[in-house]
Order: sequence, then structure tokens, then C-alpha cells
Amino acid sequence: MSKVIIHGIFDDEDQLKDGATKVVSQGHHVKDVFSPFPIHGIDPIIGIKRTRIAICAFIYGVTGALLATLMMWYMMISDWPTEVGGKPNFTYLVNWPAFIPITFESTVLCAAHGMAITFFLRSWLIPGASAKNPDPRTTDNKFLLLLEVNPEEVAGIEATLRASGASEVNLK
Amino acid sequence: MHQESEIRKPLIIGDKSYKDITDDIIRPIEGKANKYWWMVFTLSVVTFCWGLCCLFYTIGTGIGVWGSNNGVDWAWDITNFVWWIGIGHAGTLISAVLLLFRQKWRMAINRSAEAMTIFAVMCAAIFVTMHTGRPWLDYWLFPLPNQFGSLWINFNSPLVWDVFAVSTYFSVSLVFWYTGLIPDFATIRDRMTKPLAKKVYSIMSFGWSGRAKDWSRFEEVSLVLAGLSTPLVFSVHSIVSTDFATAVLPGWHTTIFPPYFVAGAVFSGFAMVLTLLLIMRKVFGLESYINLKHIEYMNIVIIITGSIVGVAYLTELFMSWYSGVEYEQYAFINRATGPYWWAYAMMMTCNVISPQLFWFKKIRTSLIATFILSIVVNIGMWFERFVIIVPTLCRTYLPSTWNMYHPTFVDIGIFVGTIGMFFTFFLLFARFFPVIAQSELKSIVKSSGSEWKKKGQENHH
Repeated sequence: MSKVIIHGIFDDEDQLKDGATKVVSQGHHVKDVFSPFPIHGIDPIIGIKRTRIAICAFIYGVTGALLATLMMWYMMISDWPTEVGGKPNFTYLVNWPAFIPITFESTVLCAAHGMAITFFLRSWLIPGASAKNPDPRTTDNKFLLLLEVNPEEVAGIEATLRASGASEVNLK
Repeated sequence: MHQESEIRKPLIIGDKSYKDITDDIIRPIEGKANKYWWMVFTLSVVTFCWGLCCLFYTIGTGIGVWGSNNGVDWAWDITNFVWWIGIGHAGTLISAVLLLFRQKWRMAINRSAEAMTIFAVMCAAIFVTMHTGRPWLDYWLFPLPNQFGSLWINFNSPLVWDVFAVSTYFSVSLVFWYTGLIPDFATIRDRMTKPLAKKVYSIMSFGWSGRAKDWSRFEEVSLVLAGLSTPLVFSVHSIVSTDFATAVLPGWHTTIFPPYFVAGAVFSGFAMVLTLLLIMRKVFGLESYINLKHIEYMNIVIIITGSIVGVAYLTELFMSWYSGVEYEQYAFINRATGPYWWAYAMMMTCNVISPQLFWFKKIRTSLIATFILSIVVNIGMWFERFVIIVPTLCRTYLPSTWNMYHPTFVDIGIFVGTIGMFFTFFLLFARFFPVIAQSELKSIVKSSGSEWKKKGQENHH
């Protein structure tokens, strides 16, 4: 039996949260929520896990620090040690204070860009990608709750959403 | 949901709904530009072109067309570089530091302040790339394998740190700014009716749909980028200051430079944000979003940073006397009473005295006074960099190198040209980009909007 897609459209994010909580407590699965701005507290209701993207950023940052260390060790200590202003640089440790700024910049560079690129790829945000919001008003002032359910459940869900304050309930 | 005290004045006035916010912010993009926009834009483009002519003249003839000479080998180029980089700092401070401190008033101004950061760093980049004298060899600044055997750049040098700091700062600011713009571009895409514009905004919005998971990642990315940008912005101007502080010249060789430069940068940056926003809110009718409260907060930041700068000037004077080093003492006597005494007086008046006027509530909530003082501060901060560089270099250890510096028309032309470039880019930004982060602003309607504040009050009584 084919499933029915329900768009519950709300004018207010708190009403959507209320509707989502009720629908989920009735045992239905909320497929997605589209909103013009982040709705705080919606993720646990519809079962979205906390993003791990910050962990990626940390790993990219450590990579950046290591790359900078390796680069400066190779260029300044190993490949061609030079004596600048009477300050010899024959070991990395002795020269280390002067290397802190670039190590820091490289950490930030890799963490920031790596994280942004990971975000763009994971959410598939690339130039020319087509938008997936089912209703164009969801980037303006409407909040949309998307459910995919069996035809016999539709009536109950519609009633619940309307009771929570949905301004429209559309079936697809 | 977070509720804010009703005593706190609303940040969004005029009972705005979500729809009103979208309409108010997108309207200038959908409509046609008025004649004031065209007038200012034409003027900016003409100035920009004049700056380009001066740049080509410099490249074609050589850096000798500048007023810089053997003694004063850094002059307007580095003055302008530090000035522009400093102006850029306010954008990152507003969007990153104020995000970490959860200051909601940042949301009305962060977008345009970040745009200002990016354009200001571009202007600054022109001066550093040109001041090397042979800008076509500027790739030597990067650690690239080369035909000279294994000859690498010197990582002990603050000038090399600067290359890394400024390029990291520019690219990270750009990514931070663009990530924030994506949801707003999607809003424009979904309501635009003209096919070409719709296509362009569709490409620029990267296919943003506003799914819950995307928002969750988006907020995490914003938070972490803010956390990374905060130390970054402090590092950039600290490193710029080490360009001077690690030199052995009296007047430059001081440990106070990094905090003093950072405070000065924030000081001048906020002044520039005020100059631009006071005009923009009027032209685009954004008074409901950028209201007196925002202007007062920014003026308070100006009092604080201006006072830090003032204390730094006095500390420098005290330390030069207290050090007992006669060269150090002479450097400061020369600054205050030497051939460039007028620049020093200008700096002291504009930077130390004028921001103190903001202690009066009447002055810091007056639009005209704020506008005038914001320009005064920027003039003062330009003179600060001039005072640090030129009077110091015209009286160094070797009296035979003592000479005066006079800017040529090329120096002036390039500087004025960068101002033209800055305004050209800023006007284009204001015309085609959403100037307020509307998706962020909508999230504070319920806690800081006037309508919801009234509702909260009714519930209490």
C-alpha cells in the first residue's frame, strides 16, 4: 500500500513543536521539519541526534597544527637551518616560540575551512544544488512538519495537527 | 524558551511579524535603486578608478613615485594597511565575540559589519602587496619550493606571520560570512519572481532547504567558527603590532603594542560600523531593527576601547620616561613636539578626548553626534598609525638618515581609491545582499520584539 505524505503547516514554531510532540507520542514518525530559522528544542522531539561536526573541526584543527609544525621543522630546522639575527635555529624546541603564531593560524585555517566544507558536503549545499523544501513559504514565515504515513492514519494526524494550531494540512 | 525581562528595551520595535521582517529586509533588493544610491555609487566608482590609475602608475614606474624615501621607508602604505585591517576587526568582533557572549543586539548589525570586514581586508591587502615594491614577486611571501635551491622564507619573522595571519583572517571571515548568508539567499530565491535573479540567488543559496538537521549543523558551524574567529581576530592585530614591536627602533620596541593595537582596531572598527549603519538604516528604512539601543551599545564599546587606547598612549609616555633610556625618551618627545606634532595632537584629540563625550547619555543617543564622532574617531585612528610610523622613522638612530616625509599625489590617490573601492563594494552588497541576517533576527522576535514584550507584561499583571 502506498504511503501518504502530510504537510502540516504552522505559523508559529511553538505550535509546531507542540504538534510534533503529540504526533510522535501517538507513535508516528516525523520525517522532517522545514523552518525559516532554527527551532530550538525540535531535534530531540523528532529524533535528530546531536551533530558530530564539531568533532570533525577538532580533528581538522589538530591536523592543521601538525602540518604547520612539520612544515616549519622541515624548512627551518632540517632542510636549511639559518642563523637570523644571531639567533640559531638548530633545534625545533629552541626556535619554538617564533613558530607559535603560524601554528595557531594553520590550526584555525584548517579547522574552519575543513568544518565548513564538511558541513556543505554533508548537507549537500553546493552551487547549483536544487532546494528540497516542499513549500517555498518555509524560508519566509511558515513552519512545515513532514510526515509519511499509511492512508488510514491520516485523519487522526490531521486532527492532532489542527488541534495544535496548524494553519494548513496538505496531503500529497 | 528563553524569556527576556520586560524592563529591557525591545531590540525590534514596531510589532513585526516574521513576514514583516522578510519584507522589510528583502524589499531593497527587489526594488530599483534610487538616485542617491546611483549618485554615491558613481562617485565611489570614479574614486576607485582613480585609485586604480595610481596603482598602475606605481607598478609601471616603480615605488619611487610614492613619498616614501630612504629614511622613511614605511609611510602611507603601512599606515593605510594597519588602518584598514583595524577597521575590519569590528565585523569579526560583532559576529564572533558577541555571538559567544549571546548578545542579541548583534543580529541586526553583524551581516553588514562582516561585509565591511571583508572589504576592509581587501583594501588592506592592496597596500601590503604593493609596498613590497615588486608586487609580481609577492608569491615569494609563501613557502613555495623555488629555483634558488632550498631557500625558504624565514618563519622567525613577524612579517611572515602577518602573511599567514591576514590570509587566514580573510578566508575564514569570508566563509563565516557566506555560511550565514546561505539561508537568507534561499529566502530571496523562494520569493523572487524575475527568472534571472531567481536563478542567480538559487545558485548562491547552494540549495538550502531549511531542514531541521541542516539547521542543527548550521548552528554548530556558526558557534565553532565564532569560537575560532575570536582568538583569530586577536591574533591578527597582535601579529600586525609585532611587525613594529620586534623592531629595535625606539618608539616601536614596546611590549604594550599587541593589546593596544587590538583595542585600537576594535575602536576604529566600531566607528566605521556606526558611520555606515547610520546612513544605511535611513536609506533602507531599517530603523525598526537598527534602533537607538544598538547605537547606544556600540557607542559604549567605543568609550571602553577609546579609553583603553588613551591609557595605552599615556602608558607609552610614562614608560619612555621611566625606562631612563634617552633614545626612547627622545622618540616620544619627538612625536609630541617634533616636526609632526600636529599629527600627534590630532591623534590625542580625536582618540582620547572625543570618545569621552559619549559618557553623556544625550550625546551617545544622538544620531548626529554619533555620526560626527564616528568619523572623528576614524580620522584619529588613521593619525595614530601615521604617528607610530612616520615620526619614528624620520628620527631614527642614524641622524644622516633623518628627513621629512611628504605624500605625493600617488600616495593620496591610492588611499582615496581604496576608500572608493570600499564604498563601491559596500554599495553593491547593500543593493544585492540581505543587509540584515533576517533568519537570525526572526529567532529573537519572541524574546526581544516589542509585541511579545507587551504580551509578557500583560501576562504578569
